[in-house]
This record gives sequence, C-alpha cells and structure tokens, in this order.
Amino acid sequence: MGNMILADKNSKRVATRAAYGNALANLGEKYSFFVLDADLSGSTQTAIFGEKYPERFINCGIAEQNMISIAAGIAAAGTPAFASSFAMFACGRAFEQIRNSVAYPELNVKICASHAGVTVGEDGATHQFCEDIALMRSVPQMTVINPADATEAYAAVEAILNHDGPVYMRLGRFAVPVIFDKENYSFELGKGIVLADGSDVAIFATGIMNAAALEARDLLTAEGIDAAVINIHTIKPIDKEIIVKYAEKTGRIVTAEEHTVIGGLGSAVAEVTSELCPTRMARVGIEDCFGTSGKAAELLDYFNLNAAGIAAKVKALFR
Amino acid sequence: MEREKLLCLDEAAAGIRCLSLDAVYNAESGHPGGSLSIAEILAYLYFEKMNIDPKNPQKPDRDRMVLSKGHACPALYSVLAMRGFFPETEIPTFRHLGSRLQGHPVMYKIPGVDMSTGSLGQGISAACGMAIKAKRCKEDYKVFAIIGDGESQEGQVWEAAMFAAHYKLDNLIVFLDYNHLQIDGDVRSVMNPTPLDEKFAAFSWYVQVIDGHSIKEIDYAVNNAYKSDKPSVIICNTVKGKGVSFMENNHTWHGKAPKKDDYEKAAAELKAAYEKAREARING
Ligand SMILES: Cc1ncc(C[n+]2csc(CCOP(=O)(O)OP(=O)(O)O)c2C)c(N)n1
Ligand SMILES: [Mg+2]
Repeated sequence: MGNMILADKNSKRVATRAAYGNALANLGEKYSFFVLDADLSGSTQTAIFGEKYPERFINCGIAEQNMISIAAGIAAAGTPAFASSFAMFACGRAFEQIRNSVAYPELNVKICASHAGVTVGEDGATHQFCEDIALMRSVPQMTVINPADATEAYAAVEAILNHDGPVYMRLGRFAVPVIFDKENYSFELGKGIVLADGSDVAIFATGIMNAAALEARDLLTAEGIDAAVINIHTIKPIDKEIIVKYAEKTGRIVTAEEHTVIGGLGSAVAEVTSELCPTRMARVGIEDCFGTSGKAAELLDYFNLNAAGIAAKVKALFR
Repeated sequence: MEREKLLCLDEAAAGIRCLSLDAVYNAESGHPGGSLSIAEILAYLYFEKMNIDPKNPQKPDRDRMVLSKGHACPALYSVLAMRGFFPETEIPTFRHLGSRLQGHPVMYKIPGVDMSTGSLGQGISAACGMAIKAKRCKEDYKVFAIIGDGESQEGQVWEAAMFAAHYKLDNLIVFLDYNHLQIDGDVRSVMNPTPLDEKFAAFSWYVQVIDGHSIKEIDYAVNNAYKSDKPSVIICNTVKGKGVSFMENNHTWHGKAPKKDDYEKAAAELKAAYEKAREARING
C-alpha cells in the first residue's frame, strides 16, 4: 500500500470537518448529490458547498430529525444526500429516523456528523457525543467511518459517495495533525492501514487517536517495546483480517478512540479477537462518563486520550 | 409596577449584560448574542416574580425556570450570581476545565438551575413535565421557560405545545425570545417559523406579543398570564446582542467570544448603560 505517512509530528493541523467541507465543494461538479444541514453550516463547513451549489444545498433549520428523513426522501427519489450537523444531534437526536428511514430502506444517505467526541471543547457534555460509534455500529446496513486526519477525511468523502448505501462518518471540530500525504493516499473502505509495524503489541487506533498512537509508539520504543500502530478508519465493516493478523503476531492489543470504551472500536476489536483468536487487550477511551467543559487539548489530557495514556495501557499489558 | 421597582430591574438587567459579557470573554467562547437579548426577562423573573430562595435553592414549592435555549446560560449564571445563589467571583470560571459553570446549564451542579439543557427543543418539554407534576400533585408553583425563535423550528417544541394545551397547563409561561436570528442567519431565511403568534394560538395557547426589553410590558404580560386558564406564550420582540452596538442584530455574534479590542469596546458600552441605569434608580 502506498499510504505514506508524514512522520513529522509537528506537521500542520487541520480539522477533519474542514476537509469534508472542501471535498463536498470540489466533488459537486463530478457527482450529483444534495447536501443538507440544520443551522450549523458554518461549523460543519457544508456552507462552502452551499455557496457554490445553492440549488443542491438545503438548510433544514434546527430540525435534525426532519433533516434525516428529508435526506431519506431525496435518496429514495434517486439522488444521494449528505446530511450534516453536530454528531450529538445528527446521530443522537435523529437515531430512530436513521434506523428506520435511512438504514432499513438501505438508502444512499451519508450522515457526516461533525463536532464528535470531547474535542468539541467548551460547550461541554451536552454537545460532546462519545456514543455515536456504538449507536451507529449497532444498526444493520450502516457503514461507519472515522477518519484519522484531513487527508483521510477528504478521500473518504468520495469513497462513501461511490459506496451504495447508508454511511455514518464522524468528523471533528478540533484541528488535528495531518498524518497522511495527500499525493500518496488512497482510501479503501473496510481496510485497516498499518501506520507502523511492530512485534510486541498492536495499537489499533481510530480517528484523531492515530496521531497520539504514533507518539505513544515513540515513547514505547524508548522503553524497549516494539509497537505496531494500525489505523482503523472503517469501524464497520471492520477489517477482521488485519486484527487477527496482528493479534497473532503480537499477542497483545490496545485500542484507542475518542469515544466511550463501551461499544466502539474497543468492543468491535474484542468481538473479533474473542471469537477468532482470544488475545489480551486493553482499551483507551472515555471510561463510561460524561464529558465536561474545557479546551479541546486540555480535555484530551484530562481523559488520558493522549500518548501517555496509550503507553500506560500498553505497559500494563506487560506486567 | 411602581417606577422605583422598574428602575431597579432595569439596573439589574444592565448588570446581567455586563457579567454575561465578562463570562464569555474570560471563557474565550460562548454565546453573547442570545444572552444579551434575555436580560430583562431574567431580571424580572429572578428579582421580582419568582418564589425562590438563594439560601435554599431546592425548596420544593419554588417556582421553576427552564432555560430551554441553554446556550444563553451566561445570562442565567449572571442573574443567579447577582441574586446570591453563588459568588459572582465564580463567573470568570465559566467554561473552564473543572468549573461547575459548564458551557450549558447543569442542574444540581449549579445552584438555582432547575433543568439541564443545551440540546434545543427539550427544555420546553421538561417545563411541561414540571407543570403537569404540579397539577397532578396539587402544588401551586409556576413554571417558566425561555425558548429561542430558531429553537421553535424543532418539532419537539410543537409536541410540547400540543401537550401543554391538552393538559391545560395554565401554570406554564413560556417566553419566546424573538430576536430574529439563529446561527446561519435570519430565522425567516433559514427556516421561517413565523407567524409564531398564530401558530401558538392555533395550538390553543394564550398568546401575547410584547417588547422583550420593557420590564413594564413583561410585568403586564406575566400578570395577564397568571389569570389565563391556558398555557401562555409571551412572544418577546428583542434585539440579539442588545446593548453592544456592533453585536446588535448581527448573527455572527451568536456563538463567539470577543477578542480584547472588541471586548473593551463592548464592556465600555455595557458599563456606561449600567451606570446610567444606576443613576436613574438612585435619582428616582
Ligand atoms: C438540538 C440542537 N441542534 C442544534 C444546536 C446548535 N445550536 C445552538 S444555538 C443554535 C441556534 C439557536 O437559535 P435561537 O433559538 O434563535 O437562539 P438565540 O437566537 O436566542 O440565541 C443552534 C443551532 C443545539 N444546541 N441543539
Ligand atoms: Mg434567535
């Protein structure tokens, strides 16, 4: 695979929502699709598309449940529709509409939800949705994507457009390091990406935790632990093959996600290994609690969603 | 209402504006526009109308207030601090890690907050729940709620409206902050919710339309509402960002904090208005 990693940890930082907004605007010419929003088009960045293609942009107002079913209607009438809001409202509030109006009829609705996780920051717990992956993963027919950086998010937009069926894609507010080189990156739905090989432990990371996992790897190398880092951008369908391969190779697994440890990546990986190759593992994530107000970077440290947090869980597996 | 009281409440509203701005500035985030538009409503409720006791914030027979448009909590926290529910010195901790003054209101954690809100459309339903509880348990507290005009695009608002009329919740008084703006622009261009008065009337509510920056009109409307046998909505014509010239009627100040220069300009305007209100009160 030609996915080249920008090793520089101090590379520029871009929010995945920004890549999403630009991708929509740039794909508008090549593809026919609608974009819907619910009074957050500046935040979700769908406004960029809206300005360029007003006739294919629909602001639904603050009415997320309605927006999801409208998107379903547009898709049912033959044109794919993207629907965006904060994850809390696009996925949380409209869960049942997603299940019954989008997933059950297998419609081409792409729910691209921004401001997921604790990195929403100061808005606090009511807006910090750490349960979306668990919810979306549980719905039949749903594909669930959580891009690691802006490059991956950008590429994923075209990939999900070419995928026939409902998709949930998680995006963030916070500017995070760009890991992938745009020129050499290709997105393959359902395929994990080995960011760094290793033989002692496999760290499976998703979303913005990939950058932290790479940093953790450096910390561990200094302590004589050789860690592999694998990016799981598609949480459903999950890449069983790569999980089993690395479980067997290293015998130890740590998962890392900006999401509750219940039902997310950690659970998805555990489901695979417990059936196919039982492996010792630990999960890094939100430990079954609500978020709190604070700056995004502070909150990542507060909840141990950082390199030190991952390294500590890894080391515990060696005790 | 006597002139003396009116002047006191005008001064309180001006004070709420000053503190709200400070809260948002210190947090480097938050929602100034929709906080500044509800200062008079909050001053009236907390300093005049509501049966509340800052020393006993949980007293069972208290009147309740649900800030359904929870993002405007800088104004709520300000009035609660001014009323003595917690020290004003806590205001600068708003939205900071470890502070109880969360980005959106949290009940129990913050004395005087009757309901956790932040997700639009839900607070009005919770207020209906409080109101029907009073009815069924034969308690006679009142329930107030403040909702946004953008918020009224949520279907849940109308589910609550139907519920309140169906169960004749005449102990429920909803203020609709009609400041004409939401995040993406003018409510009428994003998703027109008007005519709001006719919609609520069609749902069998008692509807009044007033100047939401006039304590006198707020008082008049609430007293009328107390006499009605229907749930009440008071549609308050307001100015988003009221009191800060460059924030007024400007949707870009919905959810962002001013930087130092803008803060100083805004604070000067709000302090001047506060001093003026204070002098007016002192001079009668
Ligand atoms: C369910 C839900 N959807 C979206 C948001 C994000 N949001 C916060 S404030 C706001 C606009 C509110 O407009 P309005 O009700 O008019 O409030 P005001 O003008 O009084 O500030 C939006 C969309 C939210 N908090 N809850
Ligand atoms: Mg408004």
